[in-house]
This record gives sequence, structure tokens and C-alpha cells, in this order.
Amino acid sequence: MDNLLQFEKVSKSYGSRKALNDVTFSIAPGKIVGLLGTNGSGKSTLMKITAGLLPVYSGNVKVNGHPLELNTKSIVSFMPDRPMTESWMRVRDAIDFYSDFYPDFDLDKSLQMLDFMNLKREERISSLSKGMNERLQLTLALSRNAKLYLLDEPIGGVDPVARAKILDAIVEFYSEESSLIISTHLVKDIERIFDEVIFIKDGELVLQAEVEELRLKHGKGVDEMFREVYAE
Amino acid sequence: MSIEFDNNLPIYLQIMNYIKREIVTGKLKAGDKIPSVRELAAELQINPNTVQRTFQELEREEVVETRRGLGRYVTSEEAKIMLIKKEMAGDLLDHFINGMQELGFSNRDIASIVAEAVDANNE
Repeated sequence: MDNLLQFEKVSKSYGSRKALNDVTFSIAPGKIVGLLGTNGSGKSTLMKITAGLLPVYSGNVKVNGHPLELNTKSIVSFMPDRPMTESWMRVRDAIDFYSDFYPDFDLDKSLQMLDFMNLKREERISSLSKGMNERLQLTLALSRNAKLYLLDEPIGGVDPVARAKILDAIVEFYSEESSLIISTHLVKDIERIFDEVIFIKDGELVLQAEVEELRLKHGKGVDEMFREVYAE
Repeated sequence: MSIEFDNNLPIYLQIMNYIKREIVTGKLKAGDKIPSVRELAAELQINPNTVQRTFQELEREEVVETRRGLGRYVTSEEAKIMLIKKEMAGDLLDHFINGMQELGFSNRDIASIVAEAVDANNE
């Protein structure tokens, strides 16, 4: 089967600081992949490149077999770590905004998800708690019928209840032909929903593995591997 | 359904054992329908492919069977369920005997300790 995402020797610098260094990996369709690393390891840079938001880098990136360009954006749905909604909006405005902007936005799915998330259409976004806001952002990202979903820290800074709800929603609403890349540094709570994990450290890829194989072969879960790789 | 997972052991094996236990203890009965991949994945908050693998392994062991277009069911063969029960008992026994041997008990000691414990338990 063709890879949904392929990185080949990708590097990216901000001035003299290398954010990504010679990163190569690929992701097959139908996978939930954990992109793991400590703060500043290059996770967000990798996601932004994939989303087509950082045009200048070296190396090759292909989405669904095509080189990164404008038309790959239509099959990549990106949930950034900072909300893309405006503070004047109500929940329904955000839904309308996405629905206008993305031809693949599935309004029915978004309404189902709002319901699942206990979000009300009339609520002001500025009055949502952090956890509720994360739920909204996830609803917006997953309501597109994309092939590749990029979720940047979807459970960062929310309480365990909201976290569980967000994980529920991911398992419930993601479609099996698509792939999902989820970046996080909170490994323990989320590792059971991953097929594969990619560890990056100081901009370099240090491990890509199937998680059940890690457990079978090494008797170690992702959290334990993570602690070993990132021990200081 | 709730399982306390150990993240350092393969999740599909833990779910397999859980389902076998449900069958042996009669919570899932011969011929009962079992949840779909999606339902179980959402309920346990785990990866759907992991659940898929669990079901494939259970099918391979003939613990569950797929009826085309209808879903998956616990085997209707009581003999198979007895076999699972014996296997699970065997695992418990192996674990116990190894533990006792590590503590330095001879096989004869172990047998008499078990007999005494069973008697004490009956009183």
C-alpha cells in the first residue's frame, strides 16, 4: 500500500538553530501515530511542514504520493497547538467558518461531534474553558473528510476528564482509511491508542516502532521507552 | 467492561485474557454476541487495530466465531470453553508452582501445603 506521508532527509533551520535534521520516515494509511518528544524537539515544525505551512526546508516530503504543494493541503487537516478561531466567534461561527473554508467539511459529522463533546452552538468561544476549547478544536479538525489528520498537542494542559473525552472522540470519530498523527509529551495517558510511535529528539528521529512490538519484544510500553530515550 | 491495563505488556494479549475470563466465569455465555471492533475500542479507549488483532487471535484459537454479516459470537462449543478454563487454571498453577519453587519448597511440600490450605479453606 502507498504511504500517506513520506519524509526524506528533511531538515529545517530557524536562523542558526536546527529544528529538524535529516529526518526520514513514512506513514501508511489507517494508522494512529504518536509523534513524541520533549518541548522544543521539533514536533510542531514537523507538523507545520506536513500541513504546508512552512514552505522553506530541505529534503523531500510527499503526501499521498504527491510532492507537498497547495493541493496536498486539501487532504491534510491540521489542528494547531494554538486555536485558529477568533475570540468574537461563537461555536456556530467557528463551524460555519470551517464549513465555508473547507469543501470537505462534513457538517453532519461536526454536529454529532459537538453533541458528543457537550458543546453548545450558541456558546462564545472566549468563555470556553481550556478543555472545552480543545474539544472544539478537535471537532473542527476531525470533521473534515481528510486523509491525514495532524493533531498538535490535543491533550496539552487539560484535566484528566477532558483528556479521556478527547481520546474517546478520537477513537470514535476517526475514519479507518485515514491516518492520524498526534504529537504529545504526555505519553502515559494516550499510548494505548497508538499503532506506531515516532520519537524525535533535538530535531532528529531516534525511533519509529510499532507499539505492540515494543511491548512484545522488549516488555516495555511507550512511556517507559520515552523515559529511557529522553533521560538527562 | 473495564480493564486495568499494564502498558508494558501487549494490549491485545491483555484483552484476549480478559475476554476469555469473561467467558469462563459465565459473564459472556456460549453463543453470545461480542461487541464490534469500534465499540470495544471506544469503550476501552484503545487503538481499533489492536482490538482487530485481539479478535483475529481469538478466532484463530476458535474462542469466537464470525458469522458473515452478523458479527462475532462466543463459540457455542461448551467443550472449547472447558478447554479455556483448563488452560487458565494451568497458567495459574504454573505461576504458583514456580513461585513456591523459588521460595525453596520441594514438590512434595508444595502438594501438602496446597492440600492443607484447601482443607483450611473448607472449614
